Amino acid sequence: MKLRKNIAVSEAGLLFNPVTGESFSVNPIGIEILNLLREEKTDEQIHSAIMSRYSTDKPTFEKDYQDFIGILKHNNLLESHEETKA
Amino acid sequence: MTKLRYERPVIKKLETGMPNKFGTRTEYQPMTHLDGIAVEKLMKDYGSPLFVISEKTIRKTIQKAKKAFKTRYPRVQFAWSYKTNYLNAICSIFHQEGSWAEVVSGFEYDKAISLGVDGKKIIFNGPEKSEEDLTKAIKNDSLIHIDHLDELYTISELAEKQKARPRVAIRVNMDTGVYPMWDRFGFNYENGQAWDAINKIMHSDNMELVGLHCHIGTFMLAPSAYGIAASKLAELALSVQEKYKHEIKYIDLGGGFASKNTLKGAYLPGSDTNPTFDDFAEVISSALLNSNFKQEKLPMLILETGRALIDEAGYLLGSVISNKRSSTGRRNTILDIGVNILFTSFWYDHKITPAQAFTHYSEDTCIYGPLCMNIDVIRESASLPLLNKDDHVVIHNVGAYNMTQWMQFIALRPNVVLIDMDEKPHVIRLRETLDNMNSMEKVPAHLKKFNV
Repeated sequence: MKLRKNIAVSEAGLLFNPVTGESFSVNPIGIEILNLLREEKTDEQIHSAIMSRYSTDKPTFEKDYQDFIGILKHNNLLESHEETKA
Repeated sequence: MTKLRYERPVIKKLETGMPNKFGTRTEYQPMTHLDGIAVEKLMKDYGSPLFVISEKTIRKTIQKAKKAFKTRYPRVQFAWSYKTNYLNAICSIFHQEGSWAEVVSGFEYDKAISLGVDGKKIIFNGPEKSEEDLTKAIKNDSLIHIDHLDELYTISELAEKQKARPRVAIRVNMDTGVYPMWDRFGFNYENGQAWDAINKIMHSDNMELVGLHCHIGTFMLAPSAYGIAASKLAELALSVQEKYKHEIKYIDLGGGFASKNTLKGAYLPGSDTNPTFDDFAEVISSALLNSNFKQEKLPMLILETGRALIDEAGYLLGSVISNKRSSTGRRNTILDIGVNILFTSFWYDHKITPAQAFTHYSEDTCIYGPLCMNIDVIRESASLPLLNKDDHVVIHNVGAYNMTQWMQFIALRPNVVLIDMDEKPHVIRLRETLDNMNSMEKVPAHLKKFNV
């Protein structure tokens, strides 16, 4: 999974999608995950990076991570599998 | 290395459109303490969910209400509406503050007597009073408010049998300009039923007509309606005086004052828009003072307001069971508080605040209860911080009706704790147990064995 290339994310947590013109607000941990996705980190690497910085347990983060990814997909912010292959 | 406090990742689309200048704000500000006691400690000691009632708030509210009326009208008496919250400790606070008891059933009547309320200071309202109840009320010289003619005739018969002359009032219903008009209780003013009942009482030697009573509605947002009701009852009392040379001793305007809750569908929060005690007191007192009563003959004004006196003193504490998403992607949060103990969530958008600090990020969330029933919805939509499993929340303004209309349904009812004036907690109603429930049931012998 990878964040679409043209998506801009500010340090303050403002995300802009130039294709649709939509804007989003993201919280700090969300920005960290988006940056890790942009770097094409795997799910395992992202889990490990977040778990090492935040006080949470694995099941909680896994559930919240899947939910977050689901919302990114819903809003068409991730590159599809085909796009990634191309 | 100390790890950072975890908050679940969230992304929220920014809606562009007309700004909503009246939009209700997100409840970021946590409510960590109630009357000086940590919410976390209360929940640790007494469980979750948990009702908490503030004695300080009750006393402050009744004193504010009394001041609003007593500064405007010379003779005012409050009567505590038992049905609003009849936990013994709560009734006792109101009685300590000088309120009489206003009851609407034999059960409530017996509760007031068992608490030590003088029978003469019990107002007995309601459409259902058994002969046994009425016999007791007559013996104790309570104020009986007659709802219908069948009751009037029964009281007359019982009075004759007991060789007593009970003090009675009639409940009057009337058009005060509000919709819906409450006309199911008492005798109608406009069509002459009220006069018919008054004539019957005045021509009977068995009863003494001491008062006129009305209760025009519930959660009334228009104080002006009380002005109309007070004028009509004043006119009726003066007409009785003129026709029978008989003095009506009190006018009872019942209850129905709105609390600070927000009704479902309301555009603005109730805390900003609902009338105050001063608003109600001003119209009621003006209507009575501007009527033709002579100064020394002004009737006593009785008020049976319940909701507005207790709602703000009650809190319901609970915990997050889970967060999930609906098929449409909407955030759903499940609490351990169901509609079985928060009946008023059918009427109000209760204010919900977190009990611990959060960042300023929020989500629009549908709040569900824990019951396996589709109707178990506490708030259809609330903007809340990012709650996690086991986080605590505080639901506000739950003091009225929830501890009387609650149901033992699916789950057992929780502890109720009162925080006293010295900020000490007391359990005033114990959490129910399976034994409590089973003790009321009997299983016939042939059903005691089964093989599954």
